[in-house]
Amino acid sequence: MSGVIVNEVRKGFYLDSVALMRFSRTIAGLEGIEEAALMMGTPANRRIMSDAGLLEDAGKAAEGGDLVIGIRAKDQKSADHALGESRALLDQPTAKDGDAAVWRPRTLRAAVKLAPESNLALISVPGDFAVAEARKAIRRGLHTMIFSDNVDIAEEAALKREAHELGCLVMGPDCGTAIINGTALAFANRVPRGDIGIVGASGTGTQEVSCLIAQYGSGVSHAIGVGGRDLKPEVGAISTLMAIDALDADPGTKHIVLVSKPPETEVAAKVLERIGESAKPATICFIGADESSMPANATQVFSLKDAARVACGMNDEDVKSADAGAAVSIQPGRSQVRGLFAGGTLCAEAQVIFKAADFPTISNAPIPGVPSLDKANGGHPMLDLGEDEYTQGKPHPMIDPSVRDDVIIEALKDEAVAVILADMVIGYGAHDDPAGYFAGILKEHGVEGGPLVIASVTGTEEDPQIRSIQMAKLEAAGVHVAPTNADAAAWALSAIRSNG
Amino acid sequence: MSESKVKTLLEEPLRVVNIGLEGFAKELDQQGVKVIQVDWTPPAGGDTKLANLLSKLGT
Repeated sequence: MSGVIVNEVRKGFYLDSVALMRFSRTIAGLEGIEEAALMMGTPANRRIMSDAGLLEDAGKAAEGGDLVIGIRAKDQKSADHALGESRALLDQPTAKDGDAAVWRPRTLRAAVKLAPESNLALISVPGDFAVAEARKAIRRGLHTMIFSDNVDIAEEAALKREAHELGCLVMGPDCGTAIINGTALAFANRVPRGDIGIVGASGTGTQEVSCLIAQYGSGVSHAIGVGGRDLKPEVGAISTLMAIDALDADPGTKHIVLVSKPPETEVAAKVLERIGESAKPATICFIGADESSMPANATQVFSLKDAARVACGMNDEDVKSADAGAAVSIQPGRSQVRGLFAGGTLCAEAQVIFKAADFPTISNAPIPGVPSLDKANGGHPMLDLGEDEYTQGKPHPMIDPSVRDDVIIEALKDEAVAVILADMVIGYGAHDDPAGYFAGILKEHGVEGGPLVIASVTGTEEDPQIRSIQMAKLEAAGVHVAPTNADAAAWALSAIRSNG
Repeated sequence: MSESKVKTLLEEPLRVVNIGLEGFAKELDQQGVKVIQVDWTPPAGGDTKLANLLSKLGT
């Protein structure tokens, strides 16, 4: 990589990743800057910076407690200017500094001493430190939710084994969504209380299912996140089994929904055996899995929409929407559906819908039976834009929708693309107006006779962004808005079928 | 044993210690949940291995 690389390391200087990503974007946008990042110098972050061509010797020697400024500029003058701006950003007073009246504990131990009734630690520090903090929490009797990712799976397994011994639940690592006793934690939606309990190894899967349960007139008792790897053999579903135990024993839960990527056979058997021991009915959605045998009290479903529908005791007809896809016309010569998803499980669900209809897809996050992007030429691309290749060192597209600008603009201009399929995920933690942002991109870059755009909004009327307002903004921008992510995928299929 | 302790979590109001992103604490506060924010900095001078070891030793 060309250009001038400048590093500066601030020893023992900490800022959280959201603040640093904001600063990084500001600096990267300056005149003459090719790439820039301000990150804590953990091994994972140093790797990201190194891959981005942002590290020289000073940065390479940084440690996890140091803040690293990495700048690659076209010339020394631009680099020096950007370094000066970076220093100014880091030295500006923070709200915390100005709020001297509020004393804050500096450690978990001090926090628990101050508030001994605490029962849950929500941990979102860099992944290299997350397990250490979680271990301190469980040893003080706190359940934990670990939002952080980049945690070694062996460390995850060891932590969960110890937590199990102590009777503490570990949600995560990489757990984005939970609703405990009516409280939305991290990326979750405001859904009514009800009697359906969710165990979710998938953040956006849990969001879509809980929001559709609300849409179908029911409610959620609890949604317990377990982290995307809990059902891997190395971890052995420790948290999933504890969550099922808890929901089984919870008098407020009458029906249990389990949402996960397809687990390996022995883990699936263990989980299903535990489900079978319950007197409560259950709905199992191993998204992307083939049909398999289920305990007598469980129903297997293949989409998130069906997970919500079955849990709510509704028939297919009850939730059928008018298929807007069949009524539209697409431009001649265009035949590709391109899925551009912020939610990983929403991307998986679209693949499931296409696969069931025998329409081939390819994906950077393929479900079983779908080729990965780099291994196939044909098929409709379904992109999970929250995957590492799009988000390393950047915020998740649910927080910052600009992460998917480039791919949306590329799809809008690609004459092979007949339909762009997209998701908008709202709720706590998410961007305050993803639909408005998306509409802005369409307005600026949409082309006459370009691709049809079909989308859905995962959220509720009670969410801060208000689902109906988000839908109206999309419709005003010419987007066909489906009631669910599964319907959006089905509409896209109908559109290309009816024009094929 | 584990069932009862997690079951208790589902029965009681949440009282959260937030370690990391402050936005999560703000949103919990907006929901009326008791939350205490830790003014966290990387322990053990940012040495991840040492931090891990110290947590295992219970410090």
